[in-house]
Amino acid sequence: MELFFQQLLNGLTIGGVYSLVALGLTLVYGILHVPNFAHGAFYMAGAYVAFYLMGSLGLNYWLAMAGSAVAVAVLSMLAERLVFNPLRNAPPLHDMIAAIGILLFLEAGAQALWGADFHRMSSPYGQLVEVFGLTVALQRLLILAGAVWLVVLLHLFLTRTTTGATIVAMAQNRDGAALVGIDATRVTLMVFAISGALAAVAAVLYAPINLVYPAMGHLVITKAFVIIILGGMGSFPGAIVGGLIIGLAEAFGGFYFSTDYKDLIAFVLLVLILSVRPQGLFSKGAH
Amino acid sequence: MTLLQGKAGWSLLIALALVFPYVVPNNYFLSVMTLSYIFAIAALGLNLITGYTGQFNLAHGGFMAIGAYAVGLLTTDYQWGFWWAFAAAGAVCGVLGWLTGMLSLRMTGHVFSIFTLCVGYIIYLLIEKWEAVTHGAVGVMGIPAPAHPFGGEVDTPIGQYYLMLGFLVLGAVVMQRIVRSILGRSFMAVRNGEALAEALGIPLMRTKRLAFVLSVIYAGLAGGLYAGHVRFLGPELAATHHTFELVMFMLVGGIGTLFGPILGSVLVPWLTQSLQFLQDYRMVVFGPLLIVLLIFLPHGIVGTWLHRKARREAAKRAQAAPSIPTVSAPHTGARHA
Repeated sequence: MELFFQQLLNGLTIGGVYSLVALGLTLVYGILHVPNFAHGAFYMAGAYVAFYLMGSLGLNYWLAMAGSAVAVAVLSMLAERLVFNPLRNAPPLHDMIAAIGILLFLEAGAQALWGADFHRMSSPYGQLVEVFGLTVALQRLLILAGAVWLVVLLHLFLTRTTTGATIVAMAQNRDGAALVGIDATRVTLMVFAISGALAAVAAVLYAPINLVYPAMGHLVITKAFVIIILGGMGSFPGAIVGGLIIGLAEAFGGFYFSTDYKDLIAFVLLVLILSVRPQGLFSKGAH
Repeated sequence: MTLLQGKAGWSLLIALALVFPYVVPNNYFLSVMTLSYIFAIAALGLNLITGYTGQFNLAHGGFMAIGAYAVGLLTTDYQWGFWWAFAAAGAVCGVLGWLTGMLSLRMTGHVFSIFTLCVGYIIYLLIEKWEAVTHGAVGVMGIPAPAHPFGGEVDTPIGQYYLMLGFLVLGAVVMQRIVRSILGRSFMAVRNGEALAEALGIPLMRTKRLAFVLSVIYAGLAGGLYAGHVRFLGPELAATHHTFELVMFMLVGGIGTLFGPILGSVLVPWLTQSLQFLQDYRMVVFGPLLIVLLIFLPHGIVGTWLHRKARREAAKRAQAAPSIPTVSAPHTGARHA
């Protein structure tokens, strides 16, 4: 039974990370209708920036996390201004390929600056603690708490503040939002900043129990795409629930089934679900 | 300028390709070119589903890997002859493509792309983890070179070069036949408007599935040739960045044109080879270059040229006979904006 709860916790922590990444992806999709393939590279960039801030400048973990969130938010806004905005009227294919261009650039950039090696990020929360008779790594609890806190914060921001309401309005109807005086450029930039910051924080939370390397974003972003397809593209609760489902499926599948094929579970789940319901699990209709 | 068009242009290109081995100083250039031809065949296939039919398939590199592994495993573990294995590679990709197409083509637009990206990942992970069949991370070694019809193997650099060139010409001719036929027109009709195409009586799913199967057969055969040329395979071949490279080739040359993917597949590797001094920084230059190209030259090199030609001709016609309404651009350039 203890093993079961261990896996439950593992699933929830990985699911939390996936949810954060998927939330950023789904926010951008909701506003721009662009599947941002570069999002995984932002995630990777977040981990590297924090790694640099901690390693070379000697900042502590939390400051490094904040610094990396700001840096990636700026990077994300730059991507919007320099790449996605000029392609506003291009066919959707071009947006996707441009995002791939950003991805290639950031990955090669990270590799040129820090090499292709795997790096270990230290965390001040490496110790094990005992909760309800379970021995767990403190970092995992931190991930879980961080993810829950961020999701609640984002939810409150989107539903309780006027600025948040402008984002929701833009996602619902771009032209309508512009008609009532919402500044589309400002909202788009804000969404990109939030999305980048979420990816960075997720990466910094997860990196200490994983590793830092140029291709670290690949699997996470692909799984985040699986999550937002399952949850409905642009859906906020869909991203959270989808993230937890995939996280739990991986933890339990990896434990009871096979660790080797753990990463396949998300994709097989996607194929199975979409062959029965091509429109996704939670989406109500066409989009 | 007329020299560069139609039959004359193609003959000139083939002539250039034929004398190429005799003007380059060493085998290194020959090998870069041979590899370019192999990727050009795969890019031709990707262009059929993405450029002509409008479905952005991100599993294309995965299918190329399946073709390569089919040849690699059948020739080494099961001692098949190269060409039997090569035919099997096409068949395997065709069958798997039919199954994948049946599932994935029910989705449209972004969802289709993301779904196929995931299919590509499944292929990669299966090749890497299914050690009993694929040898996992160790890879497949000792793949024989393509058998020569009069005995022996085609294993000299120059023999390989002409073999791949032959296949590329064949691939391009077949592709031209496809896109100029009524079938090709129905692919383009689907690209330009699925609802409209269906209203015209084109069976939507069947047409898209056929385009998908044909395109992955190209990928599979290109993969088979790759196995016969490089003669070593690792799971890395199925990694997504190979798909991205094919997309780049197609886009740089000109998406939805016959010559575009071939031009891109030859041009881009030469560019990256000449950027060799940048080593790891290559993609740092190439990523932004790709974006600049997308913003300022969205139709690629061939596409832009065809557009300009069509516009010039339309202007000339309008001048000569103002009463006759101008005919639309030639179909190769008529990609919807």
